[in-house]
Amino acid sequence: MFDSLSDKLGGIFDKLKRSGALKEADVSAALREVRIALLEADVALPVVKDFVEKVREKAVGQEVLKSVTPGQMVIKIVNDNLVEMLGGEGKTIDLAAAAPVPILMVGLQGSGKTTSTAKIAKRLQEKEKKKVLMASLDVRRPAAMEQLQILGEQTGVATLPIIAGQMPVDIAKRAMTAAKLQGFDVVMLDTAGRLHVDQSLMAEVVAIRNAVNPHETLLVADALTGQDAVNVAQQFSDQVGLTGVVLTRMDGDGRGGAALSMRAVTGKPIKLVGVGEKIDDLEEFHPERVASRILGM
Amino acid sequence: FNKKRLDATTLEELEDLLIMSDLGVEVSRRVCDRLSAQKYDKEISAEEVQAALAEEVSGILEAVAKPLEINPGNHPHVILMVGVNGSGKTTTIGKMAKQFQNDGKSVMLAAGDTFRAAAIEQLQVWGERNNVPVISGKVGGDAAGLAFDAVKQAKEQNIDVLLIDTAGRLQNKDYLMEELAKIVRVIKKHDETAPHDTILVLDATTGQNAIMQAEVFQKVANVTGLVMTKLDGTARGGVLVACAEKFALPIHAIGVGESIDDLQPFNADEFSRMLVGLES
Ligand SMILES: Nc1nc2c(ncn2[C@@H]2O[C@H](COP(=O)(O)OP(=O)(O)OP(=O)(O)O)[C@@H](O)[C@H]2O)c(=O)[nH]1
Ligand SMILES: Nc1nc2c(ncn2[C@@H]2O[C@H](COP(=O)(O)OP(=O)(O)OP(=O)(O)O)[C@@H](O)[C@H]2O)c(=O)[nH]1
Ligand SMILES: [K+]
Ligand SMILES: [Mg+2]
Ligand SMILES: [Mg+2]
Repeated sequence: MFDSLSDKLGGIFDKLKRSGALKEADVSAALREVRIALLEADVALPVVKDFVEKVREKAVGQEVLKSVTPGQMVIKIVNDNLVEMLGGEGKTIDLAAAAPVPILMVGLQGSGKTTSTAKIAKRLQEKEKKKVLMASLDVRRPAAMEQLQILGEQTGVATLPIIAGQMPVDIAKRAMTAAKLQGFDVVMLDTAGRLHVDQSLMAEVVAIRNAVNPHETLLVADALTGQDAVNVAQQFSDQVGLTGVVLTRMDGDGRGGAALSMRAVTGKPIKLVGVGEKIDDLEEFHPERVASRILGM
Repeated sequence: FNKKRLDATTLEELEDLLIMSDLGVEVSRRVCDRLSAQKYDKEISAEEVQAALAEEVSGILEAVAKPLEINPGNHPHVILMVGVNGSGKTTTIGKMAKQFQNDGKSVMLAAGDTFRAAAIEQLQVWGERNNVPVISGKVGGDAAGLAFDAVKQAKEQNIDVLLIDTAGRLQNKDYLMEELAKIVRVIKKHDETAPHDTILVLDATTGQNAIMQAEVFQKVANVTGLVMTKLDGTARGGVLVACAEKFALPIHAIGVGESIDDLQPFNADEFSRMLVGLES
């Protein structure tokens, strides 16, 4: 489906070189291909535009025009900038706060919140030797609470007992109280999926946030997301406030341009990525891998 | 009054609008080229330009807007729901069950997602909401076997429509796609013509990957139609345009919320007007 950017740029510059010296207009032609490659990778258009401008500034006038392999040079500049924009490595979950540390998971319907909650809980429990309590605040989706409970049983992570009819803010408070009394280090709060334009549900998640003052608020987003990524990231960021992003379904064959969109719009690091349905399918985020993937290399 | 010439700048803005609706670069350009061929350099208001654009898009989608039809000659009419993880398969089954019952059909559900935690319980809740039977098996059990049993029971109980849920699977996972192919094969042991509909559920927030989803699911499971969910948000679902051009798969319905009544017929005109940002 996709030609590699490398091939395309190579083609453009080869043609140009045969016709003489490279000009600024030639860089523009190359950047048009870069723009298309990013869009085909589902990077959101406003983010693509900013990115291409940034690359243009670096590319014009300098190495590219003098380079013997201008195509490769543009790719290097694009790649380096992508990696830079995607953020450095090692920014994982921050637990430097008084126990129990609340972590709030938010996002659109079906993005992978419940699964990621259990994956992260298991990881903190096994790798960081933390005592973790998970609580489902999802009173809407059929069997959402049972889903988290079953994942708790599968992973050996404690879950807050289900009390039918209790509202999300009250469940969150109960989770914090129970965690304090029982000496848990971390409380993971899974929430119902919600659209960023759903005012009452966004108000609900804000109320939850105000009640527990989470140390981490993670937006769980699908790596296959298209142009809507900007709206989602912007709205969750503005309305709820985020500390990071968890990108799920990176095991798909999408290019994962949403990673760049999410990062650019929220300004927050991508802390972990989901790479499968199984509980251990959780990895740290590697910007350079994702950059090559976005560029199809 | 507010008319201006349809010039290169305006066309570029329109192309951007389509790209931001997930039509993809190629399709967006093609649609804009066609618009330009008709209206270039003509005086045209912003509203007219959007309407003309919507018409171009609608022209592509018109042919694939087809409601799902139950053939009363099938006993039962078997519908298999497929798609990637979290796209809305189970919820859409719950919504469809209500519509079929409203049309006077008897309905049965089959919990073919034996993998995901509480997937069976989730479908059971939808069964209760609809007051219809749900066939389920063991967690971790064989999905194809469950589908086979469900068709058998639906036959015995003289059910009109059997809706079979499946686990979410990404199309690049061969072993999971092979499992899906097996489900289809096993259903055919009862009735060579079943499943009578195999519906791929696409999430409107998904970008260009949805095209690959359609391609691979069609190849492996012989998808016969599409439903697009989550159109109640800000995602416009423009990949449907590319899917219509590439695969000509019927689009049956759209999901516009999480409640039982939030499933609407796909209307090419309305969809296209929403897509270009016009109120429908
Ligand atoms: N392939 C793959 N599937 C995933 C990943 N993360 C989650 N899933 C699957 O995606 C689907 C939805 O996951 P959930 O955890 O239920 O999503 P959610 O955000 O809690 O959904 P709601 O509560 O309904 O909003 C399930 O089928 C999961 O198994 C991932 O990284 N890769
Ligand atoms: N806003 C909105 N949410 C929807 C729509 N359709 C489904 N959902 C929600 O999306 C989430 C996932 O839906 P499911 O029906 O569980 O999706 P699925 O494809 O069965 O998921 P898996 O079985 O895990 O692969 C749930 O929270 C649903 O309530 C829709 O049209 N609009
Ligand atoms: K999705
Ligand atoms: Mg959930
Ligand atoms: Mg399901």
